[in-house]
Amino acid sequence: MVGSLTLRPESPSLDLRKWGTCNLDLRSGSSRPATCIVNGPSASTRADVPAPSTGTATAEPSAARLPGANALERPVGRRQWRLPGRGDLPRLVRKPARWTLLAVVLVLLAMLGHLLATSSSLQWGVVGHWFVNGGILAGLVRTLYLTALAMTIGIVGGTVLALMRLSKSAVLSLAATAYIWFFRGTPLLVQILFWYNIAAFVPRISIGVPFGPTLISGSTNALVTTLVAATLGLGLNEAAYMSEIVRAGIMSVDARQTEAATALGMTKRLAFRRIVFPQAMRFIIPPTGNQTISMLKGTSLVSVISLPELLYSVQLVYARTFQTIPLLVVACLWYLVVTTVLSVGQHFVERHFGRGESRKRSASFMERMRARQFDQILS
Amino acid sequence: MTGRPADDEPILRIDNLHKRFGQTEVLRGVSFDVHAGEVLCVIGPSGSGKSTLLRCINFLEEPTAGTIYVDGEMMGHRVEGGRLVGLRATELAMQRVHIGMVFQSFNLFGHLTALQNVIEAPIMVKKEPRAEVEKLATALLDRVGLAHKAHCYPAQLSGGQQQRVAIARALAMRPKLMLFDEPTSALDPEIVGEVLQVIQALAIDGTTMIVVTHEMGFAREVSHRVIFMDEGVIVESGPPNDVLVNPSHVRTRQFLARITAPVTRAGAEGTT
Repeated sequence: MVGSLTLRPESPSLDLRKWGTCNLDLRSGSSRPATCIVNGPSASTRADVPAPSTGTATAEPSAARLPGANALERPVGRRQWRLPGRGDLPRLVRKPARWTLLAVVLVLLAMLGHLLATSSSLQWGVVGHWFVNGGILAGLVRTLYLTALAMTIGIVGGTVLALMRLSKSAVLSLAATAYIWFFRGTPLLVQILFWYNIAAFVPRISIGVPFGPTLISGSTNALVTTLVAATLGLGLNEAAYMSEIVRAGIMSVDARQTEAATALGMTKRLAFRRIVFPQAMRFIIPPTGNQTISMLKGTSLVSVISLPELLYSVQLVYARTFQTIPLLVVACLWYLVVTTVLSVGQHFVERHFGRGESRKRSASFMERMRARQFDQILS
Repeated sequence: MTGRPADDEPILRIDNLHKRFGQTEVLRGVSFDVHAGEVLCVIGPSGSGKSTLLRCINFLEEPTAGTIYVDGEMMGHRVEGGRLVGLRATELAMQRVHIGMVFQSFNLFGHLTALQNVIEAPIMVKKEPRAEVEKLATALLDRVGLAHKAHCYPAQLSGGQQQRVAIARALAMRPKLMLFDEPTSALDPEIVGEVLQVIQALAIDGTTMIVVTHEMGFAREVSHRVIFMDEGVIVESGPPNDVLVNPSHVRTRQFLARITAPVTRAGAEGTT
């Protein structure tokens, strides 16, 4: 480490401890430049830094020390010498728990890597072959649109339910509460099976005047196909969960926002649409992203009603070829690919609705990646 | 000030206003007029009903009894066949357009920039063309000294800056009457001045306003009339030099004695 070092106190990634020993005498108010000593592996370099005009620099002389630093330091400021302290011990001894855990994790990772590379049942060639197979891809597409359909029902239904629960009408509020009670209180798998077998409960579905004449009538079995049963099962269950998310989001917006909007002549409706809901979105979006990811994986439940989505497509193949493990790996890989894409998408949507939230503009994805790399280089 | 003669039709007429929250009677018969261009300061101990009075004027709280006329129009009600009929929500909203309100806690819309905060209501409520509104909003932000902060979000502004944006937001509706509900109470002492200066400038320009405040110096310098309220009634009302300097009621004297500190601070405040 040779050459002069420019200290920029405003740079968040610059941690003096990572560079070496730095003794800044903050007590003396003199304008004399403080001395910074940088301990490299072999060389020791002096870099002059301007004396801090304010007392904001946070250099901790005793903690800022790497193993191998001289116990007796070059005199800086009023400090003449000091005894070796706890900070002078090697990091290994200072943080035994962390280093032990690190060792355990590394061994486990090595074992996992070895298993993945050498296992005879994995058959990476088979995985590669089925990963891009037409039947599997068709299953993936079904999984995707089932997720989209169910989430659409969930978000729209959830918003309606949330507004009903927040309504002043006791009947609406109670109806929404009962809905949520039922759909959250029974297992999703049971609900899916129920919708699949709905024809046994309601054999015919008719449109007409309630308790009066019928206009159109049809067999339930013809109307509620496997796909409809799966969509209803997943979507209606999701609506119950989404309603709680939407309700919490709306309630988290300060009532004074509505008050200010009202004072400006906005009607309740307009104030909700223009002022409250956009701000509620900031609280609604992150959990909705989680729900979408959860829904993507949840669609695998409909394999029980033989809807050939991703999991069932995979099952169909391994029932024939007995390559169970490689095909389950194919399914896992596709789920991972899609959830990763969804996570990145969620990040950008969150950033859009989080505008105005913090004092600074939130750093973009690329900015954070660059900052992380820079930190890694430093440490 | 360019006010009309005092015998002219008042901008605001409040007649025997009552407000009850459950068992507590917060306002117990308040009546007064405010004329065009007049600056009225309302002072009084906390819990005396000052804020409730302001919130009743624009029907954020519905009065229990009494009538309020803004520029000759009755707030919240209409006479139909000799009886009072409550207005529909949309009609009431249109009445509120004429009354600007500035809150103690600013209440800027957090998801909108300063400029967007100002243009939101004129565009969405008054349906004015965006280009015109933006021009007006920019001028208003410039008037409160924040043209350079037009594209900042409220979280990026200081309390004083937020309150000045809130004033611009209320002015953008071109109200006939401005209500200020303790506009500086949530601010750090050194920032209070910048907000009071903006309000004072508005007063000099002839804006009709009611200011609920604890800044006695401001009240003395800027207002034409001061009302002292206690326990839901107007105890004393008159020119600031009478009410604040030579109060005729014991309760006024006691209240002023308790908050002598602001009077001394006021000297520095009113030098603009």
